[in-house]
Amino acid sequence: MKGHAESAAPFVANEPRAHWHDESLWFVRVKRDRQAATVPEWEDLRSTASAIKAHTLSRLADYLEEFERNATANGIHVHWARDGAEHNAIVLKILNDHGVKRLVKSKSMLTEECHLNPYLEAHGIEVTDTDLGERIVQMRKEPPSHIVLPAIHLKKEDIGELFHIQLGTEKGASDPKYLTEAARGHLRERFLGAQAGLTGVNFAIASTGGVVVCTNEGNADMGTSLPPIHIASMGVEKIVPRPRDLAIFLRLLARSATGQPVTTYTSHFHGPLPGGEMHVVIVDNGRARILGEEAFRRSLSCIRCGACMNTCPVYRRSGGYSYGYTVPGPIGSILGPQRDPAAYGSLPFASSLCGSCTDVCPVKIDLHHELLAFRQELAKKGYLPWQKRFSMWVMGQVLARKWAFLLGGRLMRTLMPLLPRALVYGPWNPWGKQRELPPMPRESFRDLLKKEPR
Amino acid sequence: MPKVGLFIPCYVDQLYPQVGLSTLRVLRGLGLDIEFPEEQTCCGQPMANSGCGEDARPLAEKFLRIFARYDHVVAPSGSCVSMVRNHYEQWLAGKPGFEHLRDNTFELCEYLVDVAKVTRVDGDFARKVGLHMSCHGLRELRMASSSERMVAPFNKVKVLLEQLRGIQLVDLKRPDECCGFGGTFAVAEEAVSCLMGQDRIRDHEQAGAEVIAGFDMSCLMHLEGLLTRDKKPMQVLHVAQILEHARLS
Repeated sequence: MKGHAESAAPFVANEPRAHWHDESLWFVRVKRDRQAATVPEWEDLRSTASAIKAHTLSRLADYLEEFERNATANGIHVHWARDGAEHNAIVLKILNDHGVKRLVKSKSMLTEECHLNPYLEAHGIEVTDTDLGERIVQMRKEPPSHIVLPAIHLKKEDIGELFHIQLGTEKGASDPKYLTEAARGHLRERFLGAQAGLTGVNFAIASTGGVVVCTNEGNADMGTSLPPIHIASMGVEKIVPRPRDLAIFLRLLARSATGQPVTTYTSHFHGPLPGGEMHVVIVDNGRARILGEEAFRRSLSCIRCGACMNTCPVYRRSGGYSYGYTVPGPIGSILGPQRDPAAYGSLPFASSLCGSCTDVCPVKIDLHHELLAFRQELAKKGYLPWQKRFSMWVMGQVLARKWAFLLGGRLMRTLMPLLPRALVYGPWNPWGKQRELPPMPRESFRDLLKKEPR
Repeated sequence: MPKVGLFIPCYVDQLYPQVGLSTLRVLRGLGLDIEFPEEQTCCGQPMANSGCGEDARPLAEKFLRIFARYDHVVAPSGSCVSMVRNHYEQWLAGKPGFEHLRDNTFELCEYLVDVAKVTRVDGDFARKVGLHMSCHGLRELRMASSSERMVAPFNKVKVLLEQLRGIQLVDLKRPDECCGFGGTFAVAEEAVSCLMGQDRIRDHEQAGAEVIAGFDMSCLMHLEGLLTRDKKPMQVLHVAQILEHARLS
């Protein structure tokens, strides 16, 4: 699998588009700053949220079982899935049991992670993603490039072209209002024809046995109000103990995600429609293993707001697809390689470790420290390319010995100016592709120090 | 009087000797007892940053041996200081002198403000200056408030620089965006790194800066490399070089 740098190259090469992407996400980041600033106790909220998550994760099994008891009492069917395959099989069985052929979905990164859509489609079910951005990428047969803004990599002209082909809108039309109206009409038909609705879960409340879904388009409500069957897919980490904990997270989530005070729709589901059925599928898919890793445990606190992506200078300039994992950006670069270090081993290096992600994170995940720690983890497990290990070993050996360090420095400073430019700036020198090397001084600091009057 | 060990990062020693000298002169100007222990080389960050922690361990141990005997250790680099303060724990926890070393290693500006309690800076620097707040100083050492956190704004570098006569500190659109250096990131992710650097430079340009000032020569080396290649007139300077001719009290 290609590494991040390689996958990012074509995105960066289209500089105007990379700048446009950067500006679009920075705009969201600035909106977030403005909203966060309106809450005087913002930093306290972050600390509280972080503490609630730490507490909940320390008693995860207890809270999940409490949730199951209360949800069952509410008339909800609770299912447990060890991995993506089990999750998909459970969903398919529920659909088959009721003869469902048409499913509408609201946004769920968990089902992306489990590759639910292709699985259901292979089993003859028509799946429609109903979040506008999700629908757009679904029509393009692409995964989302961002967890909150799935089609952020596309311009309105791209969408106009897509809708012209798929929905028969006028050629060349790119007015967002016109395109949204077209999508609305198209989705309305799908909602009306659906036999079941599937949603993600933003929060599940242990003490009440209900789940909460946050959307800006109301599509989760449409998808669960019309068809009689509601399936909600949740990762084990989505649990919070009590409704009052929810209040903390709801204040943080929308502000961090999109710079809104609150999501347009925050829907609480505590049971099936009259005469209908509600199912919650609780999925582990590697999460319990992460919980066992002390250095990376905090990554499970993530509430999927996407703020780390919006603020990440690398994500903004390389796009979601450069990460090659369901969840891109800083948090994805921790979650991905935990699942498959061989496939996603380059992701912890796709960061300048600037720490902006850590400071923006509403639940205070120490993202850039986890990225750094994961680099060491990859080295320990033997996933670093030998060239990197070897060059760092050599560097360590040289720097550990003063004489070698001074000799190396002197050689570099003396020889570099004598070498032909073509040799210094050959293709083997990535530094020099777009940058000059610093001018080589004749003397080092310690040489000059000897001449410095005391 | 406290005994101060001067830590000059490896690449500053070899490539930017003037920055080391300016740092020494600034500290001596305060009448401090400064010593440069000759045995020092590197803090080990390049290896640790690449995941090769075991190759960094001997350097951390060496650093402790060399610098443990000083009351304070001062370096003109936020990044290397962060290495000592925030990342040495993994190799040095429990070793004699480590906690003292960790708690008493400072970046130059934070040392001047927090420890030496400099309140007056008397000198001239009549230029338009953009301040590049490098990330490790900003978010690991908390030398200034970062734009992400909702805390009362402060900036330990600015309080020093803004006292210079004639200086014009220009306003950036993104005051604390990363320049894209990131250690080995600058090489491993060359394309993204350079785009980040170009954007950083453009922000200083639109603000009208003549000089990009910073407290990490590594970020400045990256920006200078781009500026020189593109034949742009903007200059980079370490804060120590700007403060060198001022009187601090």
